Amino acid sequence: MLLPTDLGLPSRPAFKGEINGHELALFELMVRLRLFERRAYDLFLQGLVKGTSHLSLGQEAVAAGFARAMEPTDLTFATYRGHAHTLARGVPMSAVMGELMGRATGLMAGKGGSMHLTSVEHGMMGSYAIVGAHLPVAVGAAWAARSRGTKQVVVCFFGDGTTNIGAFHEALSLASVWRVPVVFVCENNLYMEYTAISAVTPVRHPLADRASAYGLSATMVDGNDVAEVFDVARRSLAECREGGGPVLIEALTYRQSGHSRTDPGTYRPKEEVEAWLARDPLACYADYLVSSGFSRAELDEIEAKATAEVDGAVEAARSAPPPEISLVETNLWADGSASWRS
Amino acid sequence: MAILSYREAVARALAQEMSRDPKVVLIGEDVAAAGGVFKATAGLLDQFGSSRVLDTPIAEQAIIGAALGAAMNGLRPVAEIMFADFFAVCWDQIANQVAKTRYMTNGQISVPLVIRTANGGGVRFGAQHSQSVENWVMMIPGLKVVAPSTPRDVVGLTAAAIRDPDPVVVLEHKALYAVREEVPEGELVDELGKAVVRREGEDATVLSLGAMVPRSLAAADRLARERGIELTVVDVRSLVPLDVTTLLDSVRATGRLFTVEENPRLCGWGAEILSIVVEEAWDDLKAAPIRITTPHVPLPAADVLEDAALPSVERIVDTVEKHLAS
Repeated sequence: MLLPTDLGLPSRPAFKGEINGHELALFELMVRLRLFERRAYDLFLQGLVKGTSHLSLGQEAVAAGFARAMEPTDLTFATYRGHAHTLARGVPMSAVMGELMGRATGLMAGKGGSMHLTSVEHGMMGSYAIVGAHLPVAVGAAWAARSRGTKQVVVCFFGDGTTNIGAFHEALSLASVWRVPVVFVCENNLYMEYTAISAVTPVRHPLADRASAYGLSATMVDGNDVAEVFDVARRSLAECREGGGPVLIEALTYRQSGHSRTDPGTYRPKEEVEAWLARDPLACYADYLVSSGFSRAELDEIEAKATAEVDGAVEAARSAPPPEISLVETNLWADGSASWRS
Repeated sequence: MAILSYREAVARALAQEMSRDPKVVLIGEDVAAAGGVFKATAGLLDQFGSSRVLDTPIAEQAIIGAALGAAMNGLRPVAEIMFADFFAVCWDQIANQVAKTRYMTNGQISVPLVIRTANGGGVRFGAQHSQSVENWVMMIPGLKVVAPSTPRDVVGLTAAAIRDPDPVVVLEHKALYAVREEVPEGELVDELGKAVVRREGEDATVLSLGAMVPRSLAAADRLARERGIELTVVDVRSLVPLDVTTLLDSVRATGRLFTVEENPRLCGWGAEILSIVVEEAWDDLKAAPIRITTPHVPLPAADVLEDAALPSVERIVDTVEKHLAS
């Protein structure tokens, strides 16, 4: 069991980060991510979303804090737990919901599904379902950014479990040798699938304790504190944009639901779950906003708007047709075909 | 015309394309300062500088992953994997990431990258530095695969691979690096998906690629000289896309087919071609098509053992002769 206090975190996020002018935008983003994920879960239970899904419930502050700090031309690489990161970059809910429900209106017309959400026009360069695979890819995108002088920064999100796979090591090593503008963000939600990360990892902080091996240092953040995440994200992005990458961030957070849709998460001690629910990133942030002079009514209004947006996205996806069967043999190649012979 | 070795042809192709397009970059282990362990990239660092020719750590997942990411973000990377056997070390990147990205994203992301590697046996390196992996790569949807057999084709096919908007695996044959021939001056670019008839004869068609092409041609010359048997030898050159038209035209003309494959037997590239021939040219066949392959074993190191395992000129001659006589 790992209580927040065991990790040196306050029982509730401190919200001391500099967020002037972004307060409500961050709240709106987190509410949208929360409500979308809740609805996605409901739709799984109803059988309207098939396959699997990996929800970001409880981890919204990391996605929101970073996305809000990024420039439109910056690039996101995420994992199969990628709904929140996709939405946070501005991808319309209807396109994401359409993809989850396998409709023609889906982000990839149904070819990708929950674990592969991608929207290049929003800088969302993909959700990767092989643990660790996207870290080297993010390094390459950052190398191209530096090589072409685009001033883009690449932000690569991954879980604590990723820090034990070989691609993690290869990517951090190469990123450091090549000094490329990439921010590696470990969302340490304390569990790799069904197992406590501490039970299978030789160091306490899966990313931060390994940073020195790559000649880097890492910053620990309270991943449930959107103000701290946003503040650190802004500084990290600026550092990379000025030629200072790579940057390592370990965000301590907690997955409020199970690993995937079939996992009730019963392996987690009740006391631990309760302690983390008490520092829910959204509820705590709402309280903080109210205590800072925002009215509960304006927050409620934002939430109502987000609910309507989710309703609209679900309705649009439900009424959308399934993809054309002819899509199966398209877009393997750049000419649009899947042909392999004359 | 210049006389070029197969290894010099690699550097010439890369230099040709890097001069033409500043987005073309080269990464890999020892490719820059050392000029490649096979000296196939010698001189490129001096010509194009350290921002376009980069040494990497021994980290094949990072090499392929970085090439993929760079391709997604505006470069046209050429990544070298030193030995084709090492594809197994970065197979996730090749088979799951590079190959699937365009399809999974429904065309949002194109992946214009080239993976070059030293494929095949014949140089006594043993099982982990000698395997022919044609069958590994051609079975993955989303990868194009070419295998040049001559210095001229190294230039033409590598250039075509670099200009192609999709991922292309270029299987250079490590036993051919020292082979020399005259290569035309000036820009040379081939088309992917074109087989070449290297020799024409009416008795049977032999399909081969890479190092098996010179062996097939040597076998054909001996059969002609000693037995009066005339073979057509087709250099397949491109497994994906596959020039089915040229292959079928030849099989229809001769009615007999032999494949000469260096890959281990099961699921070798010739098996796929045989199935096409049987489905589409059945009525033109005068006899069952025959595959001449490496047995289904890893490659042994000792010279006599490796020579016995790989299809040899003698084995091609004997197999063709036996089946034509029956």
